[in-house]
Formats: sequence, structure tokens, C-alpha cells
Amino acid sequence: MGNDRASAWGRRLLVGLVVGWFAALILVPTLALARTALAGGFRPFWDALMSADARRAFGLTLSITAVATVVNTLFGLAFALVLVRQKFWGRAIADGLVDLPFAVSPIIAGLMLVIVYGPNGWLGRHLEAAGFKVVYSWPGMVLATMFVTIPFVVREVVPVLREFGIDQEEVARTLGAGRWRTFWRVTLPSIRWGLAYGVTLTVARSLGEFGALLVVSGNILGRTQTATLYIHDTIEGFHPEGAYAASVALAGISFVLLIGMELVRKRVEAHEKH
Amino acid sequence: MPALALRGSTLAYLGVMVVLPLAVLAAQSAELGPSAFWKAIFDPFAWHALKLTISTALVMVAINAVMGTATAWVLVRYEFPGKEVMNALIDLPFAVPTVVTGLMLVALYGPSSALGTVLGRAGLGVIYQQPGIVLALLFVTYPFVIRSVQPVLLEVDRGEEEAAATLGASPWMVFRRVTLPTLFPSILTGTALAFSRALGEFGSVVMVAGNRPLETKTGPMYVFGEIESGNRHGAMVVSVVLLATSLGILIALNLIQRRRGGGHGE
Amino acid sequence: MAIAVRNLTKRLGNFAVEDVSFEVPEGQLVALLGPSGSGKSTILRIIAGLEKADSGEVELTGEDATYMPVQRRGVGFVFQHYALFRHMTIRQNVAFGLEVQRLPKAEIKRRVDELLNLVQLSGYSERYPSQLSGGQRQRVALARALAPRPKVLLLDEPFGALDSRVRDELRSWLRKLHDEVHVTSLFVTHDQQEAFEVSDQIVVLNRGKIEQMGPPQELYERPASPFVTEFLGAVNVLPLDSILSMDTMQDEAPLPVDFPTAGGRARVYVRPHDMELTRQSDGRTGWFAHVRRLTHLGGTVRVELKLLDGTDLLVQLTRERSRELELAEGDDIYVVPRNWKVFEERPRPEDRMQPIEGDYVI
Repeated sequence: MGNDRASAWGRRLLVGLVVGWFAALILVPTLALARTALAGGFRPFWDALMSADARRAFGLTLSITAVATVVNTLFGLAFALVLVRQKFWGRAIADGLVDLPFAVSPIIAGLMLVIVYGPNGWLGRHLEAAGFKVVYSWPGMVLATMFVTIPFVVREVVPVLREFGIDQEEVARTLGAGRWRTFWRVTLPSIRWGLAYGVTLTVARSLGEFGALLVVSGNILGRTQTATLYIHDTIEGFHPEGAYAASVALAGISFVLLIGMELVRKRVEAHEKH
Repeated sequence: MPALALRGSTLAYLGVMVVLPLAVLAAQSAELGPSAFWKAIFDPFAWHALKLTISTALVMVAINAVMGTATAWVLVRYEFPGKEVMNALIDLPFAVPTVVTGLMLVALYGPSSALGTVLGRAGLGVIYQQPGIVLALLFVTYPFVIRSVQPVLLEVDRGEEEAAATLGASPWMVFRRVTLPTLFPSILTGTALAFSRALGEFGSVVMVAGNRPLETKTGPMYVFGEIESGNRHGAMVVSVVLLATSLGILIALNLIQRRRGGGHGE
Repeated sequence: MAIAVRNLTKRLGNFAVEDVSFEVPEGQLVALLGPSGSGKSTILRIIAGLEKADSGEVELTGEDATYMPVQRRGVGFVFQHYALFRHMTIRQNVAFGLEVQRLPKAEIKRRVDELLNLVQLSGYSERYPSQLSGGQRQRVALARALAPRPKVLLLDEPFGALDSRVRDELRSWLRKLHDEVHVTSLFVTHDQQEAFEVSDQIVVLNRGKIEQMGPPQELYERPASPFVTEFLGAVNVLPLDSILSMDTMQDEAPLPVDFPTAGGRARVYVRPHDMELTRQSDGRTGWFAHVRRLTHLGGTVRVELKLLDGTDLLVQLTRERSRELELAEGDDIYVVPRNWKVFEERPRPEDRMQPIEGDYVI
């Protein structure tokens, strides 16, 4: 095809362009952050991360992430089964609705929760009258995180489940296994990687959620801070080291989760194939 | 029937979590009436914020469509050292919290950084300027086009390209006439997802934009500001516009894909 | 009876199983034969309990199983695409049904070894399904289905996904296996040759209804309908009218029988190998024909002929007979039918073709 020498140079140029773009856009900023965070050495970085405020913030983030992940994993698994295995009126609509949180800005997600559950909200005023506070406290933050992470598990599990089919389940039933045993022994192991990937994305997104939490946590000085709120609130202050340290920690956790899961999957699949 | 219980409970969850908040937002915005609605949109601050959000998203999408396709192409077709590592790191923006993204860009281009100082002296300010917003959006949406095009490119029938080449087409012509039309739906999907994401992006943008009304305040930032200052109406109206745009794009995408016979089987 | 099905009916859109009844005696291997959409797989799945019939009954080893859940029916099921558990080793696959029964570990191991031995896959027990070939996978599926000692074995197009050489091997292997194990088996196929080769009895299905059932040879020699005749092998279909008005060798009747009832819509069905070609009259009925094309197919020769009225006719000869006749394209020759069937299209019921005579063997 054409002039081989020219196309070889074109190829090199394109690779260079793409790799350069990736480095400039993604790698360099990441390294810049790490460098800033570790500018004073590892000791101050560690101290900043272990400060009382930072630890409290990470504790809150972890508790919210735990609840949102468990709830949305159960929901995602159940809903994927419903979408793939059941035929009912409005299935296409339900299928679209589950993706909706992807299209909603986190700020708008927060706003909607305030409108519904806030002190003057549609449901909130009744809840508040009953002494139950949702927005501007822990339940509101959990709700916000749950909202933005609804689609992940469903989206990852549905295609795997569809590809899996029902033959293997039917065989298990003819071999005498009941519904539960079939689910645990046959279905779940077959969709585990899709599920694991969905859960990982849910965890990563929960750890990093910011906009919706910002709205839902309100404009209170010294409010309950999650890790991301802590970063946002301290970066402008006198001690930005804490913000930088927390940023590196947060990004590191999510990234290790994502890459780690991929590595484990590759290893296990290689084992089952060869 | 366990099947019915499963369907009922999941649909109820979806209803309470997604449909209810949206319905209440829609109902309360509708209560304002059309004239108040228009007035809130054409409030100079709101209008500017919306325009800024759309224009920065458009610039980002144009760059991403080209660079994302090129990146997918290079990752699928060429071999080069470090390819595996790069492929693994493509998803990094999905793992990094948006606030952290903003912080990264500030650390790199901010006024106190070496690069920022040089750029600032040359009059090319990035942070607290509109280019900073585009940069943040580019980072956050980096994987969309790549991850959408990559699998399609992997499955492209090389035979078609080879046939075109034997018919005398130049490499560029092969790409433009044979490969690109095949990739187009996936490029469209990737850019639409990226655009929709950019309309709502807040965490990274708020860190780099500097929040100056009529200059660097985007739609979601405007919504947040109005919530904080107690103007819920303004917040709702701009939210509805952003949401409707984003949904409109995704629905249109869905319809286009369906008309094309849906690239994904069922 | 090992399996009894009574008045099974199920409607699914424009596809249906209508009033199907049949029985499978203990220890037999029976084929459900029909084209796609004939309802054969649905019937098999209803027997297994994987699908529910609208009405009708299923009996397994004398026990009413119509409302019994799948897992209590004690059937072994083999799928076309194997449906092996991909995340389990071969041993774990075969052991699954035994573990469900909570048998002691030692016994499970013994039984799995026995079965892997039976399907000649002893050395493969620690591999995963993806490491096996198609034929090996189907044998594992069979071992897995047989492990819990099912009352009946149900196979849904068991060889459909395999290439033809492996399919042939596995077919005769299945027949041998059945002669050893003697478990009552019902299998679904759309391949008439497969049904003939493997089964004791064949149930022919068309559009959700049973057309005919019986031993293979009986079906072939005495097909009850044009559908069965055509489905079981290549056949020439000739309008009776044009045959009856044909010139013959010595002015005898073109078919040596009377058809008092035959109207204008009767057709003659005659298989290519049920005709002979002769150069001269020998006193038998013969139709005058022109040889258009000869195709040599190894042991046999396919002769494409045209009758005087323009009807195309296909005849199959042995190589020896063709050589004896010194047959060449362009020859004129007489066709002598040895064996044929006549079916008349009745206006009612449902316009189905009915046999109007017995069969003719000369």
C-alpha cells in the first residue's frame, strides 16, 4: 500500500501524537499531584493523612461507600436478572431509567434530593416533623451516593448474564438442584467478573463522589466532611497538605482496586483456559 | 412467585430512587409557569453559564472525537513499547475522583506551579480561565470515545480494508471510505456519552474555573451557587435545561442506533 | 411405560404443539424427528419440566409428573450446546448431580470415575470445558446427565453443533452406549439419517402434530402421509393424471392398478432408487423417458430424466447397472417403477393428503 517508507513514518508520528497526548493530559497531571503531595517527603504526607480531621473524613466516606455498595450490588444483581429473564410491560422503559443517573449532573442529583427530602421538601417536611432528618446528615449523603452509583452493577452484569444464557441453569435443575443452589453454584460463579467489575466501579465512584454530597451536606461551617469534601474545604486554607495527601490516597485506592481486579481476573481466566 | 417479588422490589427501588426525585423536580419546575421559566433561563448569569457549559463541552467533544479515535486505532493496530501499560491506564480518569482531577490540574498549571508561572507570563493562563475548564473536561471524559471505539475496531473485518486496497485505494482513502463508516456509530456513542457527562461535570471544573460569574461559571456551578444563596427556582430551571439536553442527546443516540439496526445484537 | 405423554398442547404465538400423545417403552431409544418449528424440542422440554404445557399429561415410569418440579423428575438432559458449567472442572461437572443428592464423597468419586471411564475421558477429569473438543464436551454432558442414574435420558439435538465426521462417530458410539447402559432415551433431531441410525422407534412431527410413529423401517416402507414420505428421503412427486395419460411400452396401463376414487389432485410418490431403467420391454409397466444428465456419485449414478409430458424425474442406479445399460446422456429409455405410493389431496379435513391405497411392491 502506497509508499512503505512514508507510511512507516506516518505510523510513528501517529503513535507519538497519541502517546504524547495521553502523557500530557493524564500522566503529567497525575505525577504533578503526587509530586506536590510528597514535596516535603513521606513523613509530612503520612502525618497529614493521619490527622484527626482526615481520618474522620475517610471514616465517613468508607461508611457511606459500604452502605451504597451493598445496597446497589443487591439491587443491581436482582434488577439485571429481572431485565434479562423476565418479559413485562415497560421493560424497555425500566431499562432506560436505570441508566438515568449517568445523565444527571451530581449537582442536580443533590438538588433533587433536597427538593424531595429537604426540610421544606415534598417528603422531607413530613419526615422532619416525625423527627427524621435526611438531608444535611448521614442518610442524605448515603442516598446521594446510592443515586449516582445505581447503574454500575446493572450495566456490567446484564451483558454477561445475557451471554450466559439459561442452558446451564436448566441442566442444574434437571440434575436435582433447587433455585438457590442453582443460583449460588451455577449462575453467580458464571457472572462473577461482570459483577466484580460493577462493584469495583461502584466503590470507586462512591469514594470519589463530590457534587451531590456537596449539595446534600449543606452550607454549614465545620459540616460533616467526607474525604472529597475535606479536600475541597481544606485546599483553600492554610494547610493544603492535607488536601493533597487525601487526594493521592483516594485516587490511589480507586486505581489499585480497578487494576487489581483486572489482574486477578486475567490470572483466574488464564487458569481456567489452559 | 419469586419472579414477581424480585421484579416488584427492584422496580419499587428504581421508582423511589430515580423516578420520584425526577418527577418532583419536573413538577415543581412546571409550577413556576412558562413566563417565570423563560425569565429564569434568560437571566444574564444563567444564560451565560449555560452557553459556557455547552461551548466548552463542544470544544472538548471535537478534540475527543479525533484523539479518542486515533488512540483507539493506535492501541488496536500498532505495537509499541509501553502499549499494555497505557491500555491499562486509559481508565484512570474513571478511578480518580473529580475533585482530585481538579486538584491535579491546579498542581500542574496553577499560579504557584512552575509551568503555570511560565504560561501566565506568556499570557496563556489556564487555571481560573476557560481553557482550564476544557482541560478538566478532556481529562474526565478521556476514556469514553476510546472505550467505545476499541471493541468495534477489534472486530472490524480486515478483509474489507484489504479488498479496498487491492482495488487501488490509498491508505487514507481506505480509512475514510471503508474503516471510518464502520467506526462512526461507536465514535458517535462515545462522543455523546462524553458530551452528556461534560454538561453535568462539577467537581473538576469547580476546582479549576475560579467561579467568576459571566466568565468561568458553568451551568452546574450556577445551579450550586443558586442553591447556596437560596434561589431554588433559578437552580431548578437551569437544572431542567441541562437535564433535558443531556437526556435528549442520549435518547437521540438510542434512536439512531436502533434505526441502524442496533450494533449490539438484541 | 418409561415415558408417557398424553394430549400435550401448548401454544406459543403462531407456533404450537397440538394434542400430542405417545409412549416410550422401558429401555428403548426413541427419536423425535421433525423440521425446525415442528415442536419437537418443546415436547422434550415439557417432559423435562423446563416448560409447562397448556394442557395434557406427562408420566414418568408410571408416575404422574405433570406438576412435578424439574429437580424432582429424575431426568437426565443433554443440550445441543453442551451447557457444561464453564467454571467447574470436568470432575466437578459430572459430580454436580451427585452432590445435590448429598452422597458420601467416596461414593461420588467412585461414580464419577466410573462414568468418565464409560465416556472414555478418564484422563481429563481436572481439565476445564474450554480445554476440550466439541465431541469430548458432549460426552462430558452425557456423563453428567447419566451420573445420578436418571429414570430417563432426554437429548435435545445432541449432535447438532458438531461437524459431520465427529457427529457420525458419536452417533454410533451413543447407540453402543445405549446397548450397554439401557437407560430409556428420547432424543430430538431434524436429521432423518440420524434418527434411522440410532433409534428403535421414530416419532415424526410436523407443525406440532404427530404425523406417524413406528420402527424406522416401517416408516420408510409404509409412510402414512406425503410429509413423512418427503421428509424421510429424496422422492419424485408426479401428478397422477399425467402418469395415467402417458404412453407406455406396450399399451398397458401406466400404473398396474385401478384408481376408482382418484380425482384430479392425486400424486404419485416414487423414490429414485425404487425405479429401474430398461432398453427393451420385458412385459412390465414402463414409462418412456429421455436421459438429460448423468452424475457419477462413487457407488451410484444419478440419472436426470424427462418424461414425455415434460415432467422431470430423478432415478438412482448402481454403477454396475448403469455400465450394463451403457447409459449415455441423450439416450431414450424406459423407466420401470418398482415401488410407489399414491396420495390424494382431500378437500377436507384441512386439505391434508390421505393415502388412497396401500403400498405397492412389485
